[in-house]
Amino acid sequence: MKLTRRAFIKSNAVAAAASVAGVTLPLSNAAAADGDDGIRWDKAACRYCGTGCSVLMGVKDGKVVASQGDPDAPVNKGLNCIKGYFLPKILYGEDRLTKPLLRKTNGKYDKNGKFEAVTWDEAFKTMAEKWIAARKAKGPKGVGMFGSGQWTVWEGYAAQKLLKAGFRSNSLEPNARHCMASAVGAFMRAFGIDEPMGCYDDLEHADVFVLWGANMAEMHPILWSRLTDTRLTKPGCEVHVLSTFEHRCYELADNGMIFEPQTDLAILNYIANYIIQNKAYNKAFIDKHVNFTKTPTDIGYGLRADDPREKAAKNRNKGKLTKISFEEYAKSVEPYTLEYTSKLSKVPKDKLEKLAKAYADPKKKVASFWTMGFNQHTRGVWVNGLCYNVHLLMGKIAEPGNSPFSLTGQPSACGTAREVGTFTHRLPADLVVKKDAHCRFAEKTWKLPAGTIPRANGKSDDADQSDISGKPMGPTLIHAVAMHRALNDGKMNTFWVMCNNNMQAAANMNDESYPGWRNPNNFITVSDPYPTVSAQAADLILPTAMWIEKEGAYGNAERRTQFWRQQVGAPGEAKSDVWQIMEFSKYVKVKDVWPQDLIAKMPEYADKSLYEVLYTNGQVDKFPVEQVTDSRGNKYANDESADFGFYVQKGLFEEYRLFNSAEGIPKKGHEMADFDAYHKVRGMRWPVIDGKETLWRFREGYDPHVAKGEGVKFYGKPDGKANIITAPYEAAAEPPDKEYDLWLCTGRVLEHWHSGSMTRRVPELYRAVPDAVVYMHPKDAKKRRLRNGALAKLTSRRGEIVCKVDTKGRNKCPEGLVFVPWFDAGRLVNKLTLDQTDPLSKETDYKKCGVKITRA
Amino acid sequence: MSERERKNEINRRQFLGNMLKTACGVGLVGLGLGAYSKRASSLPASYIRPPGALPEEEFLGTCIRCGLCVRDCPYDILFLGELGDQVPTGTPYFVARSGPCEMCEDIPCVVACPTNALDHELKDIEASRMGLAVLVDQENCIAFHGLRCEVCFNVCPLRNRAISLDMQHNTRSGKHALFIPVVHSDACTGCGLCERACILEEAAIKVFPTHLAKGELGKHYRLGWEEKEKAGGALVTPDTKHHYNLPDGVRYELQGEGLIIEGEAEDSPFSSNPLDTLNSGFMDK
Amino acid sequence: MLDMKRLGNDAIAEKGWFNAHKFLILRRLSQLGILALFLAGPWLGIWIVKGNLAYSLTLDFLPLTDPYVLLQGSLSGVVPQTTAIIGVVIVLLFYFLVGGRVYCSWVCPVNMVTDLAAWLRRKLGIRTTSQLSRSTRFWMLGLTLILPFAVAGGIVWELVNPVSMMFRGIVFGMGAAWVMILGIFLFDLVVAKDGWCGHICPVGAFYNLVGSRSLLRVNAVQRQACNDCMECYVICPEPQVIKPALKGEEKGTSPVILSSDCTNCGRCIDICAKDVFKFGGRQNKTTEALKREGEINRGVRV
Repeated sequence: MKLTRRAFIKSNAVAAAASVAGVTLPLSNAAAADGDDGIRWDKAACRYCGTGCSVLMGVKDGKVVASQGDPDAPVNKGLNCIKGYFLPKILYGEDRLTKPLLRKTNGKYDKNGKFEAVTWDEAFKTMAEKWIAARKAKGPKGVGMFGSGQWTVWEGYAAQKLLKAGFRSNSLEPNARHCMASAVGAFMRAFGIDEPMGCYDDLEHADVFVLWGANMAEMHPILWSRLTDTRLTKPGCEVHVLSTFEHRCYELADNGMIFEPQTDLAILNYIANYIIQNKAYNKAFIDKHVNFTKTPTDIGYGLRADDPREKAAKNRNKGKLTKISFEEYAKSVEPYTLEYTSKLSKVPKDKLEKLAKAYADPKKKVASFWTMGFNQHTRGVWVNGLCYNVHLLMGKIAEPGNSPFSLTGQPSACGTAREVGTFTHRLPADLVVKKDAHCRFAEKTWKLPAGTIPRANGKSDDADQSDISGKPMGPTLIHAVAMHRALNDGKMNTFWVMCNNNMQAAANMNDESYPGWRNPNNFITVSDPYPTVSAQAADLILPTAMWIEKEGAYGNAERRTQFWRQQVGAPGEAKSDVWQIMEFSKYVKVKDVWPQDLIAKMPEYADKSLYEVLYTNGQVDKFPVEQVTDSRGNKYANDESADFGFYVQKGLFEEYRLFNSAEGIPKKGHEMADFDAYHKVRGMRWPVIDGKETLWRFREGYDPHVAKGEGVKFYGKPDGKANIITAPYEAAAEPPDKEYDLWLCTGRVLEHWHSGSMTRRVPELYRAVPDAVVYMHPKDAKKRRLRNGALAKLTSRRGEIVCKVDTKGRNKCPEGLVFVPWFDAGRLVNKLTLDQTDPLSKETDYKKCGVKITRA
Repeated sequence: MSERERKNEINRRQFLGNMLKTACGVGLVGLGLGAYSKRASSLPASYIRPPGALPEEEFLGTCIRCGLCVRDCPYDILFLGELGDQVPTGTPYFVARSGPCEMCEDIPCVVACPTNALDHELKDIEASRMGLAVLVDQENCIAFHGLRCEVCFNVCPLRNRAISLDMQHNTRSGKHALFIPVVHSDACTGCGLCERACILEEAAIKVFPTHLAKGELGKHYRLGWEEKEKAGGALVTPDTKHHYNLPDGVRYELQGEGLIIEGEAEDSPFSSNPLDTLNSGFMDK
Repeated sequence: MLDMKRLGNDAIAEKGWFNAHKFLILRRLSQLGILALFLAGPWLGIWIVKGNLAYSLTLDFLPLTDPYVLLQGSLSGVVPQTTAIIGVVIVLLFYFLVGGRVYCSWVCPVNMVTDLAAWLRRKLGIRTTSQLSRSTRFWMLGLTLILPFAVAGGIVWELVNPVSMMFRGIVFGMGAAWVMILGIFLFDLVVAKDGWCGHICPVGAFYNLVGSRSLLRVNAVQRQACNDCMECYVICPEPQVIKPALKGEEKGTSPVILSSDCTNCGRCIDICAKDVFKFGGRQNKTTEALKREGEINRGVRV
């Protein structure tokens, strides 16, 4: 009987369908039926990737009934990708969460209970009790919040205040730690200021495009269509694509290269070597604008300290730069000859040489683009830096078309996570908690006593900062991966996951994430619009008003800040993240979480709630509630303002703006326009000074911070010079071996975004790409007696999953490497991945670990 | 005539009469059936036969309506026509929009067929021709407007062979490209995965029976450049070298760019060959 | 005239209800059991038999092919696969042994419909008689075998064949086929007694021919015990087959029901209070022998 195969395929189909239960959500046909009469159109930034397309949403009778790409948006000119086409549908999944849900047994909270609907009051009371207890018992790292590059700007800002000032804890991290931290690290090391110096107009001005570990064709679809157009219309334009497997960008590539994972380090050093050997470098530029430095090597892999690989590392986690000479630098890249690099990377010599020539040709303007291939890399900061090295050697930087460009994967990884600084070590506008002066500036701006914000080392003015008990705080930084480890070890007891799906997203789910969340001592809160994998693993679920159900602001990859108004109401009792953060703060008193000596500095605060201290400080609540109206007279609701009694978003943004635009700020270069200005434009690229936005930074004429006659100035660094940082090739943490004989690389597909919690609820997108598959080379499949469409079991040292084999699809893997997308809640590929990070940026490397594949 | 003979005579007449009636009745039934079968065997465009199905006329004579192909399809996409359907009763079909052929490498439906209605000669699923995908609605296909969809291209199992993307300049936006899906009949199997995946309310790409989907070039006409390529050179006497009256610094390439004014593009101090620059050392020495 | 309301009462009184319905129950079990085997796959996921009566595969091993459908196909030029041919041979052999029209009374699902119609006719006392000749079915058979030549589009009869349509309908999906089933039911109920199965159905006609020399036959072994109650004639769907065997003693004809119209349904055995009928072989035994056998049998029963 053929029970086995057909039964299996069928049961899988059922399971897949069940995993997206409640997906059908026919949009109201009101628009179609009555024509477009009575539809109110307003702009918004797309909810998905970092491209930052603008869309127009058509609302009628309180529902989004129509949508279109914004024809006047400079980024996308009315275009959308397939996900953007279905944007309205993400609001109307049938399984939207509408009530707070708490695990209970017999009417009381129970870690192993079943989810029951509770009031917001009960939810926050329970939560506050747990948070205060954990904060007292376990210190600043006893509580933690895991936010998002999908937070609006003010949500990130409100969270920043709640954690760093309210709870006096630096345990705040965004999911951008998993995606942009390496880019940030490299920006800070090379230029002393975050985010790309160029903008999307580089896409029209470059002669040569080089893609380093970025599948723009699928992940930045609209930018890719701009790049493609330039390739089609500009004579002599060439496209070089590098990746560890062949993806859709190779369809356009003039020079497509597949390299052995991790050898991008070597390839970039080879290019630098080629430039130096051929004396093609721009001597005038490097003399004037560049310092040469080196970084410690053999720095480990960000694994737990007891891992043998960590014990073997000579300079674990070290990254302090030392100045070197040009000659020393030249010598450091000398070993990376064409022969050596070609052999190591398995890229044919002629292709490598062609690439090096493109960079070395002074006549050609080169734009390099990268995303997760560079960032999710155990040497992510290094490899970002090596790319800057090449651009800096040639002086091909900070001018139209000459642009090393780090793309972002989330709509506000730049605007919120990076600019607001919702990382453990950061404060708004590139300030850091490591620096006492930066903290003092923040405390002053926030009208809080000096010493409120925990310093990185727990010392202010060389004196210990005291914790609630009066004892010293000790070191306070804890990054995303360390948070999951701390939960697992019982060192962190409360964790609030907001606007992301970290159970599905974090690496090594079986050994770290899941046991950490389900540790009986821990209380996990998840805020989400949908019942995600994270929500399933939580103890308290808070229903969230998403995207245009609230007033919002995102900042995209080209420094463009875009605003939108609240266009529809949220279902049921769902509330926005900013509401949740501020409302929760009412449940915690200053004296619950501050020590006596700090309260003594402002005794009037003792009995106040964190809400009063942080959000009704006379600054955030400065702007009264106003009827939000557009220029055409359309009126918009603002639920948060109605609830709190002041214009919440405006107050938060204007206070945030004090960090980047007020007089006497510690770091210049992040200036932004006022709140009202952004509602009138399709975004502006900061720095915005006197109402003028900045296209290219660091270059005279384009950037107001560069004075006349200076030409180029990297003003993020005190001496105005950028750093070329030499770093060698070092092997990956878990290369394939005899047993786990394949590289596993994970990533995304065009049709789904991130963990799929939104896109898998759009039936058309679900139908187009229902399940994750493992892309592999036909020969690798054949060796394992697998063929296209067969079910394969993928096993790593940490877990296993089963999915279908794809040997013919869009991604063509070389022999020895497989690729699995991570959008599928039914096939959690992060059960397989290793929680390795770049020791400097602490960003997870999701692209390289060992797996074996057998027939399922 | 005796009683008996009379009776026999009546019986004989009755018998002959009955026979005639029966024959006429059955004849009429036959005519009706024939007419019905003509109508019923015209397969509507949205019903696609399983892989390896013989040409429709032969198929209808060969398929014994057993449903084993339906049973052996691991994806349960095949159905048997029911009375009242537009497809002949009892014969297998699939509807691409709701359940396309997943193109199993072992083609279990063909293996199951006891009568060769699904041709057992078909061993390679990529050689099957169930129909042909046609991008029927270029007005509504969002790719033609520059939106980044390409789902049909992405799901096509004959990647870049059955559907390819034709990249064009988007004159409206001025700075984006169009990625236009183009179907190639020499590779498309008509599996219908593209039709199912099409994200429009009504699919813009549909699978049709090949005879409905294909045009035919006039039998007399040949595409010159293809013929030249096939022949490996000109079909007639090759052109002789042309000579032109031209001023200095101007060339004319007959088969290339046409008029070339040399030095015109030289608005740069660099040679077009980077190695010239690279090997010449610094200019500011 | 026979009292329709009392039909079968004698048999029940004499033999008990079960023995008076034995073959009816067995036939229903057979018909429903075959359906159940085909349905176990799609309904319960237990794949014993796949396909339908046209062609099936049992336990992925045993092929069974409907020779009538395949014949129609062959006439339109089909070269079937070996498995299909093996299937035909098995099926033909089977019906050659047990009687072709066993298909009609033990397998065909339409039989249940026409039986119901016949039962209702008796209950309601409907007595219309058809003008149709019982030979119509052979004309129909001829027609269905000519059509594949005459009309492009092959196995034409299968477009409308209610027999395959009903079985396939139950197993794969009925569509509008129920209208046709209802039509047959009403035809048999109102227009003609045994109208479909006894007069028109070419499938029955085909199997009739297949089993014309079949070995298993109903014998009127105790025809001398017949009390002329006439109930067997009433209940029999092909009553013309009974008389030569039952009343042929004087003429010396065989007590074996030889007509291949007989469907071996066993209704006559069930309904006869005197146990005149029995299943037996085809050999034509002498009256004397039968007598002796009869006595022996009676003796055994005493």
